[in-house]
Amino acid sequence: MVQTPMRHPPQARTAGHHEGQQHPIRLYLLVWGLLFVLSAASYLVDYMQLEGGLRWSLIVIFMMLKAGLIVAVFMHMAWERLALGYAILLPPLIILILVVIMVLESDYTLLTRLTAFGAR
Amino acid sequence: MTDRTLNKTEPRYTAGLAGFVADWSSDQRAFKNVSWGKAMMWILLLSDTFIFGLFLVAYMVARSSTPETWPNASEVFALHIGGADIPLILIAIMTFVLISSSGTMAMAVNSAYRRARGPTALLMLATALLGAGFVGMQAFEWSKLIAEGVRPWGNPWGAEQFGASFFMITGFHGTHVTIGVIFLLLVAHRVWRGDFDLDRRNWLSRGNGDYESVEIMGLYWHFVDLVWVFIFAFFYLW
Repeated sequence: MVQTPMRHPPQARTAGHHEGQQHPIRLYLLVWGLLFVLSAASYLVDYMQLEGGLRWSLIVIFMMLKAGLIVAVFMHMAWERLALGYAILLPPLIILILVVIMVLESDYTLLTRLTAFGAR
Repeated sequence: MTDRTLNKTEPRYTAGLAGFVADWSSDQRAFKNVSWGKAMMWILLLSDTFIFGLFLVAYMVARSSTPETWPNASEVFALHIGGADIPLILIAIMTFVLISSSGTMAMAVNSAYRRARGPTALLMLATALLGAGFVGMQAFEWSKLIAEGVRPWGNPWGAEQFGASFFMITGFHGTHVTIGVIFLLLVAHRVWRGDFDLDRRNWLSRGNGDYESVEIMGLYWHFVDLVWVFIFAFFYLW
């Protein structure tokens, strides 16, 4: 049996709650700062009018980094057991399948509209 | 209290992937060392993820299936400040306000687990104020767009679906923020009053310094911020 590392400092393990999440303030401040920087960066993408593939990839990268930091540190998912992490984080991935289906569908709708109502 | 007996005999759990299999195939609880309150909040957030996910997919379909040009968010949400149009500035400010509120909420959770009653309540109050500020700015943005003629069925700049997507997505998110503000004030009030330090079980707490509700409240609040990250990227920047 592999033992889980001690995740809870002593004061969080005392009477009343055995499932506390106590983490250093420094870590929260660091993530807070990073979120500010990443938000500023994604705003700059718009401000500097970047276009095309560069724009989309930067937007998505900054978005994923921000989402990851919030879920992992602010929401403590990094310290939860895998049983909870997988139960919560994997199901939303099936939305990606819906995205693929709907991209194909809306391409078709667009084509139909252009054919039926004339190109603009 | 079952929870407290559990605490005494809490076994060492297996780590890693083997632990995941062991947890899910075990008796009674799949989510070891996670209270039911926290597990239920996560499940609520999971279902909310699907709701917002589907809104964003619907927006994607509306946008990519119309031959009309989509209104340029950068110009639509520009503000005229000091003689120049600054693109998207209100949305940027709203983003920073919401991130700051997430920061204060994280600090509140930290104070809560140190059982610092005052700082916890004050930080939650700050979070609620920032959240209320966010909703206020959103109300301003809505009134501005409505005054400019944006309706769910049309707008002056292009594809008619823009209004419907905008009001639906930001409206649902704003509702979430509003509910969050109300609950933040409620929990903050109870923390301030000392309910969580009582020597008995009461609403939101098992008593004796059980501040887990603050963390659970935090989960909801961070989720609201998380949803905004996606709305900001897909609706305003795309």
